[in-house]
Amino acid sequence: MHSAEKKHDFEPKVVAFVCTWCTYAGADLAGTSRMQYPPNVRVLKFPCTGRIDPVFILRAFQKGADGVLVSGCHPGDCHYMAGNFHARRRFAAFRVLLGFVGVDLNRLQFSWVSAAEGGKWVEVVTELTERVRAMGPMREFKELEQEEQWSATLTTPELQQAYESI
Amino acid sequence: MSRIGVFVCHCGENISRTVDVERVAGEAAQLPGVAYSCDYKYMCSDPGQNLLKKALAEHNLDGVLVAACSPRMHEKTFRKAAQSAGLNPYLCDMGNIREHCSWVHEDREAATAKASDIVKLMVERVKRGKALAPITVPVTKRALVIGGGIAGIQAALDIADAGKEVILVEREPSIGGHMAQLSETFPTLDCSQCIMTPKMVDVANHPNITLYTYAEIEKVDGYIGNFQVTIRRKARSVVEDKCTGCGVCTSKCPKKKIPNEFDQNLGMRSAIYVPFPQAVPNTPVIDRENCTMFQSGKCGVCAKVCGPQAIDYEQQDTLVVEAVGAVVVATGFKLYSIDRKPEESPIKGYGEFGYGLIPDVIDGLTFERLASASGPTGGKILRPSDGKEPRQVVFIQCVGSRAREKGISYCSKICCMYTAKHTMLYRHKVHDGQAYVFYMDARTPGKGYDEFWRRAVEVEDAVYIRGMVSRLYQRDGKIVVMGSDTLVGVQVEIEADLVVLATAVQAQDGADLLAQKLGISYDKYNFYSEAHAKLKPVECATAGIYLAGACQGPKDIPDTVSQASAAAAKVITLFSKDQLERDPVVAKVNEKYCVGCLQCKKVCPYGAVEEKEIRDRQGNLVKVVANVNAGVCGGCGTCQATCPSKSVELDGYTDEQIMAMIEAL
Repeated sequence: MHSAEKKHDFEPKVVAFVCTWCTYAGADLAGTSRMQYPPNVRVLKFPCTGRIDPVFILRAFQKGADGVLVSGCHPGDCHYMAGNFHARRRFAAFRVLLGFVGVDLNRLQFSWVSAAEGGKWVEVVTELTERVRAMGPMREFKELEQEEQWSATLTTPELQQAYESI
Repeated sequence: MSRIGVFVCHCGENISRTVDVERVAGEAAQLPGVAYSCDYKYMCSDPGQNLLKKALAEHNLDGVLVAACSPRMHEKTFRKAAQSAGLNPYLCDMGNIREHCSWVHEDREAATAKASDIVKLMVERVKRGKALAPITVPVTKRALVIGGGIAGIQAALDIADAGKEVILVEREPSIGGHMAQLSETFPTLDCSQCIMTPKMVDVANHPNITLYTYAEIEKVDGYIGNFQVTIRRKARSVVEDKCTGCGVCTSKCPKKKIPNEFDQNLGMRSAIYVPFPQAVPNTPVIDRENCTMFQSGKCGVCAKVCGPQAIDYEQQDTLVVEAVGAVVVATGFKLYSIDRKPEESPIKGYGEFGYGLIPDVIDGLTFERLASASGPTGGKILRPSDGKEPRQVVFIQCVGSRAREKGISYCSKICCMYTAKHTMLYRHKVHDGQAYVFYMDARTPGKGYDEFWRRAVEVEDAVYIRGMVSRLYQRDGKIVVMGSDTLVGVQVEIEADLVVLATAVQAQDGADLLAQKLGISYDKYNFYSEAHAKLKPVECATAGIYLAGACQGPKDIPDTVSQASAAAAKVITLFSKDQLERDPVVAKVNEKYCVGCLQCKKVCPYGAVEEKEIRDRQGNLVKVVANVNAGVCGGCGTCQATCPSKSVELDGYTDEQIMAMIEAL
């Protein structure tokens, strides 16, 4: 947050990974209804929560996010029938893992916000922002950030050769 | 190095009021890869689009970002503009700085910073975008219409008249819906049956319409132009092809004392029955729960008396699969009834009206049946309890509707008008009777509506009392209505013979379950959501699915018919093309990396992933990999997040794009 540091000492950075059909549309509805919420959130749109790789969440924390929100369609309402079920299962496991690593799970929120729930979007975003603000900046992951690539790259000639021979 | 053009829109003042658009454009120009940036008052207008086209050519841009409203609003507009200037449309994206920024934040500094961030993130995405070619798919030129009320009937007839095949599915044994139950309709007081039944017959006789009554939607697969719909035809116990509709079975059935749902349980029907005499099709159905044959195995009278041997006690539900290209949802509404168990209803707290335990407190639809010439009383207004003619009738509006504290905040729209109509119908039948109406506001927008309401008050002498009713209770065979007149500021007590409640219009039972099968969205009251409140009022956000009638929200008959015809027009427009272009957001497999674990196949909701064998020139199997059928892929990307070797990629949402956006946070 480049701007702030006016009202508070700390302006948290919140990243929201949302699906395009429900939560993105719900956030649009909050806009058309002129509801107000903290400007700390940055929204990344996905076709479906099923597309969201846990790696994205880790990377967001590394890149300075103090809170991460993942939000999609209510169970049963998925535009792709079952994408949100896969997401739910994936994140249930991932959450435990993240807790084990030592991340305060209050920084990570999963929710269902439908296209008709502009009010709920405002509630969820406001609540997470204020909670994270009270918790202070997240330092743990930022210190871990290295120049490594998140997916495999063939960094040495041997690796390259081995790969070519497949 | 990319050459991206960034175009920041003021949206009149909608964005520029809270976001410093010039600063956003200025900061965008500093971003690596951005070759051009500007701001303009209305990007979506003709000069705005021309500005974009001109800049594309002059600055040799290879990607475009328009920071303006939601992509749900204008993504298509700008992609089309970019395409006409020679850019691949999928290299044009939008940053949402209106709905997600200027409209929801007041602090100009913070909103501007957020808008700049949004632009920065999206530029990273556009930079890594790929030129994509739309996928063309064939269009199945048959439509499915769900619901056989006036909305479904109108839509089906319009589509069928355009020469396209229609499959009409109705849950009840007959089409007709709520409109067939009405006595007379506002504002002209023409008889509902007289304008409805000819249309029902038209549906039955139309060569392009296949009618499935007593049937429900089981499953919907596919996408626009190519849906596969599984329909469950419930066992009627009567073979439709053999039945001649002679009616002997219904008259001979020994079990005759079953409340008739069509008459709001006022009249009686037999266990084998047609809901009403004008039913289409005129084929009876056996109510298995009440039939002696099904309950004890002894009876079989209907089978004995049936000449054409159409009774089949062994009949089972059957599943029919139909291929269609478009779906019109017209499932209508239900009326809230206070005699439902309060815990099952979103409306709480009508205990003061007796929870339906007072027999002469009825709802509007029951009054329609009483007033209907084909109803259980032959059109005489009689009290359900003792069959006497009521001398004083009290109508109460807004029961459930506009009652935030009771769970429903919306206006049911039709009640003001039908209550005015009821007072007239009552006056026409009971000349010396007196009608009282408790109301909050009289809402009569519509052609001829206010004149109609005035007629009820001024000519037909209905007494309108502005205020609500606090309690109903029985005393000496009458119902005491305790209310307030807020205009005069006094408490009112009326001894009524009959009380009619204008209860809230609600979404049909199971509306949410159907929406889940169709993949369409619905609001918290289970009414279906249109794609845009003003500009796309009949389309769903899910392509190829259209809405008609009260399933979208409370509506009267003229509005319902208009919307049904509009939905039909949309379907016919869709069917005017042989091929359809759909977004190329589909998954592709990198066969080099794929190890053939086929995790993706397990998670794919569409069954789009199949196994593919890779063989060398001698025909020896090298390996098995996953392969995505682009025609079937819906583009959710679940496969990509699941793939352990990261060898599936969803076009338009590649890992590279998303990671770049996260890096830019």
